[in-house]
Amino acid sequence: MKKFAALSLVFVMIMTLLAGCAGGEEKLVLNVYNWGDYIDESILDDFETETGIRVNYEMFATNEDMYVKLKQGGTKYDVAFPSDYMIEKMMKEDMLQEIDMSKVPNYSLIMDEFKGLDFDPDEKYSVPYMWGTVGIIYNKSMVTEPVDSWDILWDEKYKDNILMMDSQRDTLMVALKKLGYSMNTRSTEELEEAKQLLIDQKPVVLAYVGDNVVDMMLSEEAAMAVVWSGQAIQIMSEQEGFEYAYPKEGTNLWFDSVVIPKTSENVEVAHMFIDFLNREDIAFRNADYIGYSSPNIGAVDQLSEELKAMSAAYPEMDKLENAEIFLDPGAFIEEYNRIWTELKAE
Amino acid sequence: MSRWLKRIYASVIFLFLYAPIIVLIIFSFNAGKYSGNWEGFSLKWYQALLTDRSIMKALYYTVLIAVLSSLISTVIGTLAALGIHHMKPLRKNIMLNVNNIPVLNPDIVTGVALMTLFGFFKMQFGVSTLLIAHITFNIPYVILSVLPKLKQLPADALEAAMDLGATPWYAFRKVIFPEILPGIITGALIAFTLSVDDFVISFFTTGGGVTNLSIAIFAMARRGIKPVINALSTLMFGTVLGLLLIINARSGDVTELDV
Repeated sequence: MKKFAALSLVFVMIMTLLAGCAGGEEKLVLNVYNWGDYIDESILDDFETETGIRVNYEMFATNEDMYVKLKQGGTKYDVAFPSDYMIEKMMKEDMLQEIDMSKVPNYSLIMDEFKGLDFDPDEKYSVPYMWGTVGIIYNKSMVTEPVDSWDILWDEKYKDNILMMDSQRDTLMVALKKLGYSMNTRSTEELEEAKQLLIDQKPVVLAYVGDNVVDMMLSEEAAMAVVWSGQAIQIMSEQEGFEYAYPKEGTNLWFDSVVIPKTSENVEVAHMFIDFLNREDIAFRNADYIGYSSPNIGAVDQLSEELKAMSAAYPEMDKLENAEIFLDPGAFIEEYNRIWTELKAE
Repeated sequence: MSRWLKRIYASVIFLFLYAPIIVLIIFSFNAGKYSGNWEGFSLKWYQALLTDRSIMKALYYTVLIAVLSSLISTVIGTLAALGIHHMKPLRKNIMLNVNNIPVLNPDIVTGVALMTLFGFFKMQFGVSTLLIAHITFNIPYVILSVLPKLKQLPADALEAAMDLGATPWYAFRKVIFPEILPGIITGALIAFTLSVDDFVISFFTTGGGVTNLSIAIFAMARRGIKPVINALSTLMFGTVLGLLLIINARSGDVTELDV
């Protein structure tokens, strides 16, 4: 009997301990939901010491994961970092709170070309955090001709030397752009055409890959790959001999922005945190750690000349005139899903 | 000749099983950031691991949840197995089938169902919901590993003990419990491993800044897995190996004593 009594005592103690954890937090808490490895974590420590507010930091892997958790509402997240099309979707579904820019004075440091973007034209719901493009990274010793068009990905010369992205909308974007269509198309015929183009391309493609593309390019398993600019920056800063090209037909311009979900119970603190992220020194440390392109002029000014000169990170804007931002296709996403499944099954 | 074939076959199998882990361990000592590029020996990822706020926190929650959920589900599961064992055949069959459903059910169904349930009761997502979820999916496995041990017992062992003057509780402690202990330990170990492993159910049932290692590692997918994870996996592999060696050594002693 003694053992049983001891065991139940332990159980009760654990339960009170847990209850204590849940109830004893009188301190202000900020719930932040961000992508994995997408902030210099010492910034969170600094925010905590400067304000005395505790940061609860949680991570997600895809926009859709984050959407499900926000929608379900088990945690009242105060700050989240969705991408362009997801922000639009969340705005449509009334999941976002308006940001009072007068409480975010550092918003003035965001460069003008990144304000009022397609997904949030009135600058009401989001503050850009990081941005980038999709392009072709190529190994200069294996590809000697100039690269300026998506056409090169269909070139027989590079049979089994081409890597495509295993990502539905990005890969369809390549074909749609090559055909001269919008990557936000809502026409089934255009999508069918894009699918056929990608099926025709399959014989020359080595593989559809995810984030192992960085390793594969570094170990010279392929001559060129379609990548996000962030991956290009990783590859190029690791090893010489790579170049990143913006196809003239246009490409995808992507943004991850900071938003305040409707469920937030600490709207004031959320504003403070967003402003903190955009303070010159903090934005610089973050951009330097993540290595992606920052929309904050204060951060960009302090970056190393080397990174600033890297066209993958900070392109001349006129190269991007045909670029588009992903929009939320609404119910038409079903068509994209179908086309993608058929393409992968082929 | 056939002995050599057997040995080669066995070593190929072991190579397949352990090659990925060996590669992972080797690259945890790599000075460079990318696998495939060996840039010399270094312990810097182990250092980085200790200062990595989100990974250390995820490790803490993983261990906490695994220990608590395996302990609690072992107690509940063992008691349930005792109950089921003494049921009449029809009810026993029904209970066993009810017990099997969560085992066969896809994790995602369990995860979403628990999420909806917690949401319905307006619970704050965090350690408590995560713990309840883990206990829930662990219990059936404990039951399944304890029941066979109960079946192996002679049907009248308990009565014999009581005939000889033991109280029911004393008979349970001194006769039944030692006999089914290996099943209980197996159940607890399975529960512990499942809890450390679980991603899908945890993802749907956690919140409030509580993340376990599977979620933390998966969330890195877009930016590429950091070598810090290699270092952590190496340490965890070492710990588990050490534990197994200790358990083996100990169970060796016990059998010697029994003989």
